[in-house]
Amino acid sequence: MGNKKSPRSNPKRKNGQCSCNREFVKNVLEKYNNDPTRLMDVLIDVQEEYGCISDEAVDVIAKTINYSVAQVEQTLSFYHFLSQKATGKYAVYLNDNVVSEMMGREEIADVFEKEVGSKFGNVSKDGKIGLFNTSCIGMNDQEPSAIINKRIFTKLTKEKVKKIVDGMKNGLDVEDLPGTDVKSNILKQGPILIKDSVLGDAIKKTVQMKPDEVIEEIKQSNLRGRGGAGFPTAMKWRFCRDAQGEKHYVFCNADEGEPGTFKDRIILTERSQLLFAGMTIAGYAIGAEEGILYLRYEYKYMKEQLEQVLNNLRKQGLLGKDVAGEKGFNFDIRIQFGGGAYVCGEESALLESAEGKRGEPRDRPPFPVVKGYHQQPTAVNNVETLCAVAKVMHNGAKWYRSLGTLDSTGSKLVSVSGDCAKPGVYEIEWGFTVNEVLELVGATDVQAVQVGGPSGKCIAPNEFNRKLAYEDLATGGSLIIFNNKRDLIEDVVLNFTNFFIEESCGSCVPCRAMTVQFKKKLEKILNGNGVKQDIEQMLSWEKVMQSNRCGLGQTAANPILSTINNFRELYDKKINKDKDFISDFDLKAAVAESCKTANRIPNIGGDNG
Amino acid sequence: MSKPIVATTSLAGCFGCHMSFLDIDERILDLIELVEFNKSPIDDIKTFTKKCDIGIIEGGVCNSENVHILKEFRKNCKILISLGECAIMGGLPAVRNNNAPISECLEEAYLNCVSVQANDEKIIPNDDELPMILDKVYPCHEIVKIDYHLPGCAPRADLIWNALEALVTGNEMDLPYEVIKFD
Repeated sequence: MGNKKSPRSNPKRKNGQCSCNREFVKNVLEKYNNDPTRLMDVLIDVQEEYGCISDEAVDVIAKTINYSVAQVEQTLSFYHFLSQKATGKYAVYLNDNVVSEMMGREEIADVFEKEVGSKFGNVSKDGKIGLFNTSCIGMNDQEPSAIINKRIFTKLTKEKVKKIVDGMKNGLDVEDLPGTDVKSNILKQGPILIKDSVLGDAIKKTVQMKPDEVIEEIKQSNLRGRGGAGFPTAMKWRFCRDAQGEKHYVFCNADEGEPGTFKDRIILTERSQLLFAGMTIAGYAIGAEEGILYLRYEYKYMKEQLEQVLNNLRKQGLLGKDVAGEKGFNFDIRIQFGGGAYVCGEESALLESAEGKRGEPRDRPPFPVVKGYHQQPTAVNNVETLCAVAKVMHNGAKWYRSLGTLDSTGSKLVSVSGDCAKPGVYEIEWGFTVNEVLELVGATDVQAVQVGGPSGKCIAPNEFNRKLAYEDLATGGSLIIFNNKRDLIEDVVLNFTNFFIEESCGSCVPCRAMTVQFKKKLEKILNGNGVKQDIEQMLSWEKVMQSNRCGLGQTAANPILSTINNFRELYDKKINKDKDFISDFDLKAAVAESCKTANRIPNIGGDNG
Repeated sequence: MSKPIVATTSLAGCFGCHMSFLDIDERILDLIELVEFNKSPIDDIKTFTKKCDIGIIEGGVCNSENVHILKEFRKNCKILISLGECAIMGGLPAVRNNNAPISECLEEAYLNCVSVQANDEKIIPNDDELPMILDKVYPCHEIVKIDYHLPGCAPRADLIWNALEALVTGNEMDLPYEVIKFD
């Protein structure tokens, strides 16, 4: 489709109703060869054309790809940016993550509601403007921010919002709406970000070696996965290369959804050639001909630019047939968009999504290196890991090993946001202490630092001398800073808990249900009804959370658990120390409705509360 | 030392837990050597006549009377035990805790259901003597502090026996796998 033209150009759409042109949907399907595994692409294209996916469209899709309606709907209903209801000519998705809140989101949301004349979660009466909340969109360094029909608007102010809404009311193209676009904010360059290699050098060097030698070189570099888990990259490739299959695949995980993380954003916009080189090298090493960049839908605005880079690489013979002149090494890359789901950052969920299904994590083993995309051996690597691969191949494993610490070689891109003077991306060598980073970013009066996003840890000043490294404080790359003015429990922990409730895929009971129980406990404490037992119960539930299938579920209570462990006094201050039990139960409220229905006057005597 | 005093009640339950209690069979003779019963269906004492040591609650909390009795138990017993699924999680009665409001539930039961007959005046029972229905069924521990939970539907007689014995003697509870496995 590639229609840059917004607002979307469908004459049939009116007053918030959802409709579609069957021919259009059929053409979209044809574009993807009526392939059911490309369902995500089909749904995204239809969504972008009509602002929703109507029942009629679902029907056409189901019939064409030989699915049941339920099969199409189960994928469709899973993703945040796909909708069966009309989302308006302009769909505004305002970020509601913690840093957005800290930077004044509430005020911005009020202005949106007032100017548009409808509430969040709804479309205006004329069907023009829809207002929705969304989880972190990777713009923590320039909040509050919003997505409107794929375009990102950052650093929103009341005045800007008024102008934007005016523009939407006047039917301007989204590109013509007044607003501030994304800034890169690379504030410290290191070995990965620095531009020291000639395009294609790393690939040319690689193809002169045997694939096994390439894996050995990466092994020598001691490179570990940058997504957070820190699995040795060479070992992953070795498993993948050795696994039997008709085809092998390289995946780049660019579903950067951990709130507070935006390092991949700057790599994708500023250093995408390096990333694509890394994918090509991975393809050579594991014996793959196809590489897929799984990109989160929030980053859809990058599509044209990335496609252009890929085309340039093809023109220069660095992608396609006989890459870099190496006879028989064919490798190309395509971009697969997600639909807005944090859990798709988990590699097996990502693969499910890329196959056109709900992004629910798979049972493992078998691991993706053995049975991944289309049940074939697949290496899924983080954006930053693949960039490091290209640099290792260019400068040698020995060079890479000289950076960082013994167990954590190389450097790390850290996304810093929150209460600091200079939020942005900093590339530091592993081994930097938290204190050193805080100094770098101009943070003072710091109460706490959230390391590795909500699924990571919230640490207090007594731990600021710890090193960022796999052997000490491991991190996927996000640091969110909170100063002493913040109410850590109310402003931060509650927000993170809501995030996990929203993003649970619903497959495992503890992740789906216990997160809500955690929230209820938290609210009980915040309402002044908490007792010691409430805190202890939450701690005891940690074990239950470990029975979730994927990392999201297992870490979904981390915001609460790590703050209880590291900031116990904040909880102790809010609870009633002289009581061992307080009930939230309100008899008067509980009998009100039944009495009204039965037409009787409630008589609660002395039993209330 | 006088014998520990036990009270029991069934709130929104089916009396199945009490029936299971009776499944301790001849050990009930040992039990009355060990403890004295106060308010309980077992001896038909209707109101507390003295302070008790152990209160055993079957069933969840579905109406105002349940709330009242549960609070009476909390006031009069040193230790409270939630016995069985309904007391612990609401159980079968809590099936009504879906998203439908209680008004819809009552209207379905007394007015609209196909099996409703002879209610020409369209009355939902509203006598002042009747307990008031709560908006949903609550587990006991959301209303008062509960000290111990004995799971099962119904909990096995051995589980109840072992728990009481442990409480009365002060020994550690015998908790083999068999007494808490349910299928």
